[in-house]
Amino acid sequence: MSGTAGTAGNTGAPRSAALTTSGWRRIIRDQPLIPLVVLLAALIALLEVAKPGIVSGNWVATTVRAAIPLAILAACQTLSMLTGGIDLSVGAVASMAAFLMATLATGQGPIVALAVAFAAALVAGLVNGVGIGLFKVHPLIMTLGMSLVVLGLMSVYGLLMVRSGTLIPDQILWLGSGISLGFVPNSLVVFVPIAALIVVGLRRSGYGRLLFAVGDNAVAARLAGTRVWQVLLALYILSAVLAAVAGILITGVANTATVSLVEQSVLPSVAAAVIGGTSIMGGRGGYAGTIVGALILTVLTTLLTVLEMPEAVRQVLFGAIIVAVAAAYTRVTGEG
Amino acid sequence: MSSGEATVPRDRAEIVALAGSWARRNVWTLGLLGLLVVFFAVTRILQPNYGPAAIQGLAIAILPIAFAAVAQAVVVISGGIDLSVGSMMALASVTSAVLMKDQGDLFGVAVVVGVLLLGLVVGAINGALVVVTKVPDIVVTLAMSFVWAGTALLILNTPGGGAAPWLMAIISGPLGTPWLPKAMVVLAVLVAVVWIPLRRSTLGLSLYALGSSPLAAFRSGVAVGPTKIIAYTLTGFFSALGGLALTATGGVGAPVPGSYTLQSVAAIVLGGVSLAGGRGGVLGPIIAVIVLALVRTDLFFAGVDPNWSTAIQGAILIGVVMFGSLVAMRRVRV
Repeated sequence: MSGTAGTAGNTGAPRSAALTTSGWRRIIRDQPLIPLVVLLAALIALLEVAKPGIVSGNWVATTVRAAIPLAILAACQTLSMLTGGIDLSVGAVASMAAFLMATLATGQGPIVALAVAFAAALVAGLVNGVGIGLFKVHPLIMTLGMSLVVLGLMSVYGLLMVRSGTLIPDQILWLGSGISLGFVPNSLVVFVPIAALIVVGLRRSGYGRLLFAVGDNAVAARLAGTRVWQVLLALYILSAVLAAVAGILITGVANTATVSLVEQSVLPSVAAAVIGGTSIMGGRGGYAGTIVGALILTVLTTLLTVLEMPEAVRQVLFGAIIVAVAAAYTRVTGEG
Repeated sequence: MSSGEATVPRDRAEIVALAGSWARRNVWTLGLLGLLVVFFAVTRILQPNYGPAAIQGLAIAILPIAFAAVAQAVVVISGGIDLSVGSMMALASVTSAVLMKDQGDLFGVAVVVGVLLLGLVVGAINGALVVVTKVPDIVVTLAMSFVWAGTALLILNTPGGGAAPWLMAIISGPLGTPWLPKAMVVLAVLVAVVWIPLRRSTLGLSLYALGSSPLAAFRSGVAVGPTKIIAYTLTGFFSALGGLALTATGGVGAPVPGSYTLQSVAAIVLGGVSLAGGRGGVLGPIIAVIVLALVRTDLFFAGVDPNWSTAIQGAILIGVVMFGSLVAMRRVRV
């Protein structure tokens, strides 16, 4: 590879003199972050035009604060999509963690409550992983069934705990909705390490490469000595734990906890990963794009609210944009 | 499959052999039928006066989800998936309810035809997008589920409108014997009229071929793109029927999709349709819908908190699929 670097540079030179269509395509394919950031900037500019003065330090803080839980849920989708899977149970698992935490915090204190919440998420992820990894159940079906189980169990549990009520601990409120220095949301304390770990881990760690390998060609990965089921088991446990983190942050923002609090974020989390350039077929993508994707969706929602679009129009545009972006990716990368 | 006079069985051995091969091919559906009988018996034991009235209620209640399951089955058999089934049902439901409110019977018939055409168009758009953009079907139909749900909300913001009286009448009450609910007959006739000729046609064979192996289908001369679009168009059609059923059973238009999409996926998987495509039919999913409804009924009669039924439904889904894949894995090893 290193020996051909010179020749690659030579052939590249005449092309870069006049950036042809294929040159643009190469940039978008190799650096999908650039067009995404441009799209994000364009949306922010449009927002500023629509309502001058809205873009401020405080606006940035509230936008980032709203995008963080979505970005964490989208991390679950990004990781599972890299292996060619999907995790539709993130909404139920996140709601479960939040609801367990909020109901147990009244009697047991926040530490025990958080421990139980994460333990429950771990179990849910373990079951997902066993089903998908060992029993080879289609991820869509497995996580869909899991979300029904979790939702049902939580509804039963909710009726049992109806007396105790819910309590969101102050620390969680601070973490979820607090803003320091006027423009830094406190949830960054949680998000930055997670994001750094995923971005770097996907590129540099052996496990990260295994996720790509399994998604690219599961048979080849298995023949090369990968224990695919172990990779998937770990993946869906990780996904459930991440979902629990997101759920707990969302209770901090919303200051309530219900058994279906996060359900409405499931489809947007898939959308954020798709917009961010992760292929649902597996083997292509990354987390940096997903983060920008989550920001794009959040800004877009704000923009449509500012323009006083009814919820209905918002949904239609939301869907149209996902198809358009996904189609552009497919065209550029020549997949499909 | 059957090509005229050549397959008319002559002696008993031949009949037995044919029945045996039919049973082997439909083992999953037969198993489901057995399950249905078991659950029906359980229901009778739990509630001895579970009779015609309750069955009519059950038939009406499952009508929308049964159409949703058929809609999903068609597209999954052809190797795709449609996550916008629920949204298309909502769109059909509100369109019919808004147009039908306080109108005459004849106009109501025109509305029903129009809504079915709308379903065809909406489904064709889904299919065309999948084929033209080459984006994975899950992503396209997930995104389109937003589009159709949003359109439904634009048409009708809250549940409202109305259903033509005849539309509500054709699904309520029994037909002939009190044990045969009209809703069940409507379901059977509508699905059979579309599905049986389709399955026996070249097009039906193409759908299965496409689902089994797109490359092999292409090399055998199946027009892959158009066939895919037709599959999604049929899904749109059955979703529109589901939407009309929603209007007819509720008496108003329902603008919020509910969980029909996910329920339809659950039903087809239980009903023996392989998510990989090319395997299964529409009878299995319909039986699966009835079984799932009976499970809920039984839990209710057994005095179990209704919230458990969601969890149990999920557990059944996971359990059956795990069982199915275990069987498949053993078959591969042998």
